[in-house]
Amino acid sequence: MRVDYKYEYIEHTADIGLKASGNTLAGAYAATAAGMFSIMIEPETVKETEERRICVHADDPESLLFEWLNELLYYVDAQSLIFSRFDVTELSDTDLVAVCHGEVYDPGRHEMKNLVKSATYHLMEVDRKENRIQVIFDV
Amino acid sequence: MPRWPGNLEKIDDYRWRIPRDYKEGMRKPGLIYASADMLPQILSDQAPEQVANVAFLPGIVGYSLAMPDIHWGYGFPIGGVAAMRVNDGVVSPGGVGFDINCGVRVLSTELTKNDILPKVKELADGFFNAVPSGVGSKGAVKLGSREIDDVLAKGSRWAVERGFGRPEDLDTTEENGEMKDADPLRVSSRARERGTPQVGTLGSGNHFLEIAAVDEIYEPDTARAFGIHDIGQVMIYIHCGSRGLGHQVADDYIRDMVRAMQKYGISLPDKQLACAPVFSPEGRHYLAAMRSAANYAWANRQCITHAVRQAFCRVMGITERDAGLALVYDVAHNIAKIEDYVVEGKTETLCVHRKGATRAFPAGHPELPAKYASAGQPILIPGDMGTMSYILVGTEMAMQETFGSTCHGAGRRQSRTAAKKAMSGHEVLADMERRGVTVRTGSLRALAEEAPGAYKDVETVVDVVHGAGISRKVARTRPVVVIKG
Repeated sequence: MRVDYKYEYIEHTADIGLKASGNTLAGAYAATAAGMFSIMIEPETVKETEERRICVHADDPESLLFEWLNELLYYVDAQSLIFSRFDVTELSDTDLVAVCHGEVYDPGRHEMKNLVKSATYHLMEVDRKENRIQVIFDV
Repeated sequence: MPRWPGNLEKIDDYRWRIPRDYKEGMRKPGLIYASADMLPQILSDQAPEQVANVAFLPGIVGYSLAMPDIHWGYGFPIGGVAAMRVNDGVVSPGGVGFDINCGVRVLSTELTKNDILPKVKELADGFFNAVPSGVGSKGAVKLGSREIDDVLAKGSRWAVERGFGRPEDLDTTEENGEMKDADPLRVSSRARERGTPQVGTLGSGNHFLEIAAVDEIYEPDTARAFGIHDIGQVMIYIHCGSRGLGHQVADDYIRDMVRAMQKYGISLPDKQLACAPVFSPEGRHYLAAMRSAANYAWANRQCITHAVRQAFCRVMGITERDAGLALVYDVAHNIAKIEDYVVEGKTETLCVHRKGATRAFPAGHPELPAKYASAGQPILIPGDMGTMSYILVGTEMAMQETFGSTCHGAGRRQSRTAAKKAMSGHEVLADMERRGVTVRTGSLRALAEEAPGAYKDVETVVDVVHGAGISRKVARTRPVVVIKG
C-alpha cells in the first residue's frame, strides 16, 4: 500500500533535517517518521511484511516527537527493521500510538544511504495549528 | 544560516574572545581558538552562539572553550570544551555528544608504503571483509547472555581477556580502555539490546579504517618515542565510537535531564544543554552510564584492532611480530572526565566535557604510561579521507589554558546534502584514485557526503593548535587505503 507522505529535507552542516506536514497532526508525525526512514532507505524498496504497534509517552509534543522517532530507531538497531508506512491511531500532547509497517532490512535489496543515529531537539518545531513538524537528525 | 551577530575580540593570532556581556546569563566569557582566515566560516555557522550558551552552565570555570575545528552541534558546539566544578557545577550529556567515546587509535608497523603498494587492493578487500561496517552492521563478535555487562564494566580489558589484542594495548589506551566507576546497570536494557549485536563493528558516517604512510616528521625524538621512525612508515588508524548503545544512553539521559532541570531550578537558552548537578542522582547515573558506553567503545576499537592485525598479516603474508602493529595510542573525543586543574591558584576538581575535542596531556602527567612519561601524550587527529592526518603531542600550555584539551580532526564545512550535490559517490571514488587512495565503502551515497571538500582543512586546524601552543606537531601521514562504513 503506497502512501504519499509530505516531507522535504533541510540542509544542516553535520547532519540532515526534515520539514514534514500532514492533514492532521497525527499525519505530520507519520510523515516525519516516513521522512526519517527515507534518509536511510528508498521507501519504494520496503515491503510490508512486518508490523509493530508502538506506544510512546512524554511530557509535551516536542518530547513526544523525540521519543517517537528514537523509538523507531531502536527497532532499526535492535531488530533490523525498516518501516515505510505509519498508522498513527492515537495522538495527544503526551501520548502516541502507531502501527508501523515494514520489513527486516535485507542488504541484498536495500541500500542503506545514511544511518540516522538519533533525532535531536535542535531547531525542533511541532506546529499544532498548521500540522507541520521540523526536526534535525544526527547521522 | 545568517552570520553570527556578535563580535569576537582578538586576544592574539590564535585566540578570540566572546565577552561575557555578549549575552545576559553568561557566567564566563567564551574563547575560540582559530586563525583569522577561519573566522568567516566560523561566524557563518552560528557555532559561536553555542559557545556563548555553554557559558550559562552552572559551575563553569575559566572560559567556554572551542577548538579550531568548531562547528555547530547539539547544545555544545562540536569542538567545545567546558569544565564545571564538581561541587556546585553540572554535567551535561550534550557536552559529550550522542556518539559517546567516538575516538581514534593508531597502530604503527614495521612496513613502508613501498612494501604495501603491490597489495593495496587485497588490503582494501581484506579490511573491508574483516570488519563489518555500514548501516545495521552486526555479527562480528558473539556475546554470551549478560556478557554485555562485562563489556560495559571492563571495556578494552574484556576484549583482551577474550583474546582480542595484546595486554600491552591497555597501557597505550586512554584510561587503559576501562573507566572505573562505570555501572552497567545504569545503561538501559534498550541500550544494551542495541549494543549487543554491534561489538566489533565499524558503523557508518565518518567512521573509518585507514592505512596511511608517514610523510613528514616534525619532532624526531618524540616520534621515535611513539614508535614512528621513518618517512614512508605504514600506520593504521581506526576511528569509531559506541554505536547504537552510546546513542541510546545519550537519548535516555537527555530525556532525564530535561525533566531534572526544573527540579534543580536550572534554566538555559537551549534544551540540548540539559544538565544536572554532578553529584545529583541524575548526574551520577549519567556519568556511570557514560563511562559504561565509553568502555563499550574502547572494547569495540580493541576488537576491531584484532581483526585488523589478523587481516593485515594474512594479506601481507607475515607474522604479527614482523609486522609490528603496536598500538601507539587511543584517544576519546566525545567524553566527560573528572580531572583536577589549578584554577586561580587553587586545585579544583572539575567535570571536563570534551565534545569533538581530545585530551592533550603533557610529559610527566601521572595518567600517562611510563613509555610516554618524557614525551607526552600522543594525540591523533584524523583529517578528511583524501588528504592527511596528524599525530601531535600534549603540552603544559594545554593544562593551563584548555583543561588539557585540543582539537579532534577536520570539522565539517559543507552539509551532507551540499556535499552530495557537489560530487557523486563515483566522482569521489575517481578523485580518490587520482590522489592515490584506494577506497572501499558499503555505500557510494554515504561516500559522497564524506568527500574531502566537505571538511575543513585539517592543516589549518592543526596549525592553530600548534601555533597556540596547546599541542605540538609530531608527524603527518597520508592515506593509502580507506575503508568507510
